[in-house]
Amino acid sequence: MVKVKEAAPSGLEHENVEDLKHYYYQMLLIRRFEERTSEMYVKAKIGGYCHLNLGEEATIVGLMAALKPEDYIYTNYREHGYIIARGVPPGPVMAELFGKETGVARGRGGSMHLFSREHNFMGGYAIVGGQVPLAVGAAYALRYQGKPGVVVAQMGDGTTNIGAFYESLNLAKLWRCPVLFFIINNGYGMGTSVEMGSSEPDLWKKGASFRVHGERIDGTDVLAVRDAVRRLRERAESEGEPAILDVVSFRFRGHSVIDADRYRDPEKVRAGREHHDPVRNFATLLLDHEIVDEAWLNVTAERVEREVQQAIDFANASPDPRFEDLYENMYATPVPNTPGREDALRAVRINRGEW
Amino acid sequence: MPIITYRQALNDTLGEELARDPNVLLMGEEIGVFQGSYRITEGLLQEFGPKRVVDTPIAEEGFVGVAIGAAMLGLRPVVEIMTINFILVAIDQVVNHASKIHYMFGGQVRVPLVIRTPSGGTGQLAATHSQSFENWFAYCPGLKVVAPATPYDARGLLRAAVRDDDPVIFIESLALYDTRGDVPDDDDYVVPIGVAEVKRRGEDVTVVAYSRMTAIALQVAQRLENEGISVEVVDLRSLRPLDRPTIIESVKKTGRAVVIAEDWYSYGVTAEIAATIQEQAFDYLDAPVLRVAGLEVPLPYAKELSAVSKPNANSLIYAIHQVLAGSSRGAPWAK
Ligand SMILES: Cc1ncc(C[n+]2csc(CCOP(=O)(O)OP(=O)(O)O)c2C)c(N)n1
Ligand SMILES: [Mg+2]
Repeated sequence: MVKVKEAAPSGLEHENVEDLKHYYYQMLLIRRFEERTSEMYVKAKIGGYCHLNLGEEATIVGLMAALKPEDYIYTNYREHGYIIARGVPPGPVMAELFGKETGVARGRGGSMHLFSREHNFMGGYAIVGGQVPLAVGAAYALRYQGKPGVVVAQMGDGTTNIGAFYESLNLAKLWRCPVLFFIINNGYGMGTSVEMGSSEPDLWKKGASFRVHGERIDGTDVLAVRDAVRRLRERAESEGEPAILDVVSFRFRGHSVIDADRYRDPEKVRAGREHHDPVRNFATLLLDHEIVDEAWLNVTAERVEREVQQAIDFANASPDPRFEDLYENMYATPVPNTPGREDALRAVRINRGEW
Repeated sequence: MPIITYRQALNDTLGEELARDPNVLLMGEEIGVFQGSYRITEGLLQEFGPKRVVDTPIAEEGFVGVAIGAAMLGLRPVVEIMTINFILVAIDQVVNHASKIHYMFGGQVRVPLVIRTPSGGTGQLAATHSQSFENWFAYCPGLKVVAPATPYDARGLLRAAVRDDDPVIFIESLALYDTRGDVPDDDDYVVPIGVAEVKRRGEDVTVVAYSRMTAIALQVAQRLENEGISVEVVDLRSLRPLDRPTIIESVKKTGRAVVIAEDWYSYGVTAEIAATIQEQAFDYLDAPVLRVAGLEVPLPYAKELSAVSKPNANSLIYAIHQVLAGSSRGAPWAK
C-alpha cells in the first residue's frame, strides 16, 4: 500500500455519535455481505464474474456519508457495497447476484451491472472506463438544467490508464461539470500493480494536464474520505470544479472471487489485511474513544449477520425471471416488427429441446 | 498423436513462434505476471522475458495502435485482447488503420499483426461480456479473420496467422479452451487461412458452422446418425476470406443447409452464408436454408434466461428437422 501522510490525530469531539455508529454498521454490513456473497458463489448460487469490496469498506461509506440525495453515482463492476451504502436494502442486491426477478436489475444485470434509479445509483459498468464519460455527461446535464448536486465517477487505479479517462478529465474541466473522479487505488488492476501500469503512479496528479485538482486520501479512514469528499463536492457543486480523489485502500482478496491471487506476496497480503482493515481499525477507534463498548459491537454484529442472512433468504425465495419476458424492455418506445412474448416462448421452447 | 487441449495448443504454438522468430512478441493485459486471464500465455514470460511478453496497462486503443505501428516497422506483434468485448475501444485502430494501411498506401508497407481474442458467451457473464463481434471484422476488407474449432486447427491457424504479413483477427472461445483433440507435435504443419474443411461427411443435410458451433454441430451429427440422419459438417475456419466453394460443393451434394453461429440472428454471419448458398446453389436446394443464431437481446445474466438465449444442440436439431421436412416457416429466433 502507498504511504499516506498521517493525519493529525483525529479528535472525535465534533462528531455525531449516531453517525459514527452508523458508519461502523454500514462498513460491517458491506464486509459480511461480501463474505457471504463469496460463499454463495462457491455454492453456485451466483455466476459470472463477481468482484468484492472487501478492504474497501471505508472508501464506500466515507463517500456515501458525504453525498446528498440529489447526487448521482456511476461505478465500475466492483459495486455491491456502493449500492447498499447508498440505501438499497441488501435483499434486492443479493437477489440480483442470484439472477432473480426481485433483483435491482430484475436479474438481467448480475453482479457487475447493479442499478437503482430511485437512489440515483446510475449503474455498475463492466467495460473498464465506460462509466467515466457517462458520469461527466450526467454532470453536464445537471449544469445544463441548473440543478443542484454532483456526480461521482468511481473507478479503479487501473482505469486511469484508459483513454476515456483523459478525454473525460478534459471535457469535465472544459465544460465545468460538477463531477468527482473517485479513484479506488487498491494497488492493482487484476495482477497489474499501479507502478507496472501507470508511468505516473501518483494518480492524484493525473489531472495536471487538464488543470483538474487532485488529492490523495487514506481510504482506510472513513472520516478522512468523508471530509475530503464533502469539501471537493462543495466546490464541484458551487463552482463547477471537477476533482480527482486518489483513495488509497487495500484489496483483501484476488481481483474477483475466482482469482487465486498468485501474483501478490502472501506475506504482504496477510500484513495488509492486518494493518489496513478499515472495519477493525474503526471499531478500535470507537472503543478507544468510548463511543461504543464491546456489547454494542456484538449487538451490531448480530444485527448485520441477521440482515445478510435475510438477504440470502429473500434471494433464495425469489422467483427466476420468466422466459416470456425475455424481450421485455428491449425498447422504451414500442415499434412494430419487434419480438414479444409469443416469440420468446417459441424460441425458448426450441432452445430447451421442448418442441 | 498426442491429445492436448485447445489452450495447450495455443500456448505451445505461441512459445514456438516466439522461439522461431525474434521479431515475434506478445502484448496484452495480464498476459505475463498474471499468467494470462485464461492461461493461454502461462509460463511464457518466465521463458522469454519481458521484452518478448509485454504486459500492458488497460489501454486497448493505445496498445493495439502501438502494435500496428510496430508491425509497420517489421515486428510481428501477437496481441491478446482479454475478450472480444474489449476490442470495441480499439476498433478505430483495427478498422480505420490496420486494415487499410497496406492497400491505401499502395502496398508499400505491411502490417504483420495478430489479434487473438475469445468471442461468445458462457457462464453467465451477462450482456457486456458475452458478445460475438467477429462479423464486424469479417465485414472489413483488408483484415483476415479466422476462428478455429479444434486444437489441431488452433495450432495450424495460429502458425499461419503469425507468419502471415496481414492483420489477422484470431477468434477463440472460452468454451473451447478445455476441449481436447489430436495435435501432432513433431510436424510444423500450417492450416491455410481462407480454407474451410468438411469436418464430417454426410448425405442428407449440410451444417455450416465455425468455432464453438462446429463442436456442437459435430456432436449433433453424431447423435442424429442414430436416428438415420446423415449430417455433413462444414467448418468455415476462416470468415475472411470465406471459402465459398467448399460450402457450395457440400450443399450441391446434400441439397439442404442449416447455418449456425453464436452471434445475433439479424445481420450476423449466418446471413452471409445463407445468401451465398441462395446465390450459388439455388437450383440444388430441396428446402429453404435455415439459420440458427442467438436471440436478439443484450444477454441477460439470470442463469436459465441466459442459457436459452444462445444457440445450442437443441436449436440445431430442431433446424435440421425443419430443413429435412422442407419447412419454409423460417427461423424462430427473431420476429
Ligand atoms: C475495456 C476493458 N478492458 C479489460 C477489461 C478486463 N478487466 C476487468 S477489471 C480489470 C482491472 C481493472 O482494475 P482497476 O481499475 O484497478 O479496478 P479494480 O478491479 O481494482 O477495482 C480489467 C483489466 C475490461 N473489463 N474492460
Ligand atoms: Mg485496482
